[in-house]
Amino acid sequence: MRLEIKDLHVKYGNVGVLHGVNLTVEEGEIVTILGANGAGKSTTLMSISGLVKPSSGKIIFGGEDITKLKSHKIVERGVAQSPEGRRVFGTLTVDENLLLGGFTNFDANHKAKTREWIYHLFPILKERATQLAGTLSGGEQQMLAIARALMARPKILLLDEPSLGLAPILVKTIFETIREINETGVTVVLVEQNARAALKLAHRGYVLEVGKIVLEDSAETLLANPKVQNAYLGGG
Amino acid sequence: MEEFVQQLTNGLAVGSIYALIALGYTMVYGVLKLINFAHGDLFTLGAYLGLTLLTSFSLQDKMGPLAAVGLLAIMVMGLVALIGALLDRVAYKPLRDSPRLSAVVSALGASIFLQNTVMLIYGARFRVYPQDILPRTVIDFFGMPIPLMRILILLVSLAMMVALYTFIQKTRIGTAIRAAAIDQGAARLMGINVDRVILIVFMVGPALGGAAGLMVGLYYGQINFTMGWVYGLKAFTAAILGGIGNIPGAMLGGLLLGVMEALGAAYISIAWKDAIAFMVLILILIVRPKGILGERVAEKI
Ligand SMILES: Nc1ncnc2c1ncn2[C@@H]1O[C@H](COP(=O)(O)OP(=O)(O)OP(=O)(O)O)[C@@H](O)[C@H]1O
Ligand SMILES: [Mg+2]
Repeated sequence: MRLEIKDLHVKYGNVGVLHGVNLTVEEGEIVTILGANGAGKSTTLMSISGLVKPSSGKIIFGGEDITKLKSHKIVERGVAQSPEGRRVFGTLTVDENLLLGGFTNFDANHKAKTREWIYHLFPILKERATQLAGTLSGGEQQMLAIARALMARPKILLLDEPSLGLAPILVKTIFETIREINETGVTVVLVEQNARAALKLAHRGYVLEVGKIVLEDSAETLLANPKVQNAYLGGG
Repeated sequence: MEEFVQQLTNGLAVGSIYALIALGYTMVYGVLKLINFAHGDLFTLGAYLGLTLLTSFSLQDKMGPLAAVGLLAIMVMGLVALIGALLDRVAYKPLRDSPRLSAVVSALGASIFLQNTVMLIYGARFRVYPQDILPRTVIDFFGMPIPLMRILILLVSLAMMVALYTFIQKTRIGTAIRAAAIDQGAARLMGINVDRVILIVFMVGPALGGAAGLMVGLYYGQINFTMGWVYGLKAFTAAILGGIGNIPGAMLGGLLLGVMEALGAAYISIAWKDAIAFMVLILILIVRPKGILGERVAEKI
């Protein structure tokens, strides 16, 4: 199912943050959104998930206008997010966090299979199942945040800075897992500070600057683009 | 020794009533970070609705005292739960995105409104519960006479608390309530309908508060339209004492406050009974604002 964002405008109070974002994600793709701090990447993802309501514009998923749907309805449609800063439920156990991730999934059989798959992707979570999420390391919490989103068996997975604050070796693992998830048919939208890694993983990318898309291309082309290299790849 | 056991059991009974009311404050605070000042008045409503239902249907003549009280409790809890849901709809839901102070003012307004409604309907004078509903049996506890009612109140309250705790800890909805209390945004990203969670909280808390009102009516036999104020403030103190937002904390705080009050009244002076609760409130705010079991620092309201 394809995700289309059409002329999206978002304001916090009366401060405009997104000024007409247009973006399309085809089924099965990994699309990355790059941009400096405060460009509006998280706001874009939160709008898709329905936690931020746009002042104008449309978000269409699988042909359905989801712009005005309540957030839980959007999850039911197959859109899950692992938010910036992980936001795992620290005083709940790993197991309870996963249970909540599958909140909209009522098929017990399906849920059991998803859980097996998640334990295959992140074996450490099985060991930690009864531990409080707040006691996990940063990397484990990030895995939990992604696993929790997968429990909803999403058609499209929104990942907001999954590599934030992780050791390089862990970043590699996480990115490999994202590819593995994508290979099972889950569409991925990846917001990243780590532009190089993101572009190596993604099929296509968008560059967001102060609330506007300024560049859109295949990942290889973006990697080779001198402007992108200067601004986001540390001079290339 | 006998005096001590009498006061202790009395304190536990009264404390369990505080605990039931405190749960309503703490659950709403947990999810919305709002003190529902009208909660004490829902407790009052429970007491009055119990009286009305009891007298207008003469339940005890039809089915014997225990069944009558059981049925009464179910009806009172159901009705007060509905009123709680309505209160949220009318007084709080429209202000969900407004500054916190608006909701606090609305809560105070709702409290005044409910209190005056009760007064207009039932009058300002004390009303009396029929005395013959539950047997005034006194049981022998190691040679000490203890009223059966006292023990029943304690047991029934404890049963309700265990039921609530199990609901919150073990069920899918209970886990969603805990998640919404931790991080509403993240809860919504999980596909939890947070509006529904809030609605449930505004039904469960008032149901327990209504049950507490009914128990006070049955135990003391006298009710008044201002009773929600004193009980509400004490239960609020209990919630702070245990750590507001924390469910076991509210239970512990209630029982502890009840016992402190009863022992204080017996061994210091009866005149100090109400003052003790407020001294506890002030002390706890100074010494340990997050309460006994609280993890979060109590925020300013
Ligand atoms: N809840 C909010 N209320 C008001 N302003 C906000 C809010 N959230 C974000 N902003 C502002 O909106 C702008 C865009 O923020 P957003 O979080 O979408 O950026 P971002 O691209 O994700 O940045 P980062 O790389 O730092 O995560 C920023 O200027 C930010 O300060
Ligand atoms: Mg961000």
